[in-house]
Amino acid sequence: MERNVALIAVFAALIAALGLMPTLMLATGVPITAQSLGVMLCGTVLGARRGSLAVLLFLALVALGLPLLAGGRGGLGVFAGPTVGFIVGFPIAAFATGFVMEQTRRMPVGLAAGIAAAIGGIFVLYLFGVLGFMMVLNKGMSETLAILGVYIPGDIIKVVLAGLITAGLAKARPASVLSRS
Amino acid sequence: MISLTSPVRTAAHDWPAAGKLAGLCLATVVLFSVGDISWHLLFLLGTAILYALPGPVFWRSGAARLRGLWPFVALILIWHLVTADPGGGVVIVLRMLTAVALANLVTMTTRLTDMMRVVRLLLAPLQHVGIKPQRVELAMALVIRFTPVLVLKGTALTAAWRARSARRPGWRVILPFAVLAIDDAEHVAEALRARGGL
Repeated sequence: MERNVALIAVFAALIAALGLMPTLMLATGVPITAQSLGVMLCGTVLGARRGSLAVLLFLALVALGLPLLAGGRGGLGVFAGPTVGFIVGFPIAAFATGFVMEQTRRMPVGLAAGIAAAIGGIFVLYLFGVLGFMMVLNKGMSETLAILGVYIPGDIIKVVLAGLITAGLAKARPASVLSRS
Repeated sequence: MISLTSPVRTAAHDWPAAGKLAGLCLATVVLFSVGDISWHLLFLLGTAILYALPGPVFWRSGAARLRGLWPFVALILIWHLVTADPGGGVVIVLRMLTAVALANLVTMTTRLTDMMRVVRLLLAPLQHVGIKPQRVELAMALVIRFTPVLVLKGTALTAAWRARSARRPGWRVILPFAVLAIDDAEHVAEALRARGGL
């Protein structure tokens, strides 16, 4: 139990710390942050249940007013802004990622983590992100996809990284990769 | 750790946090159910007055927190000019600004300790489904402590990389960073067990 609580808390802090790291710029000039990489790692390393709990914990602290989202954002305002769908989608994305990870035990860890992160961190996350954007800004599906599509190349990079990092962690700290133990 | 509570003390700091949150929920529901532009102008004006009351320092720090919305404001206005529906665009922009500004207002005038009290209140019923509020509170405290520690460790890793390589550190530091984080968690778990466990 102590281990579960400590790992969940440390991964919630990891999402925050990755969001505070300097942003990378893609060749197209679109900024990407490592924050959603943290959400993917919650799923691939901690599994569905604990991974989504870590993300929920992170969001609870954001809602309480800590500036933990990328760019030092936080507070209740982010839940009324146009990116609310992504924020609400974070824990569900982590759950989906963890679920796929747990269902693919026969595959090599890195490959399974990459597939899981793509399904959870891109497909599921964008499903909610696009819906939220459509609701707050009153836009149609195709317009929203055109606007948000610029971020997808960055997310594909993060999927590859999530695979590499999870494979590395499975080698370095196999007992802590709870999705596989 | 820095929180987003306002540096200026206002009368609203003493109001009960649960009341402010309930009011915010109500206001947001009203905002999204009204479609008339004159009402939305009135709402935004009222919100602006609330921000102006505590003085210029409060006003400026409040305005700074809305800066992230400007790209969206520009996007919507341009979009609705192109589709020849400027009125609709203005309503969406006004509604978004008021909703976010009101939510920020609650965050700015409520201390973390008061928010935690509301969390405790909300978590209490979960006891019946097997979630212990004490565990959640401990986990929250751990995250608040872990975050600055991890940021420091990440900075140290980046510095160590820079001392050895001319290339940018980039993603390569994330794996050792995650290993450090996991080791921290295992140490804390051990320390918790040694002190009687949860």
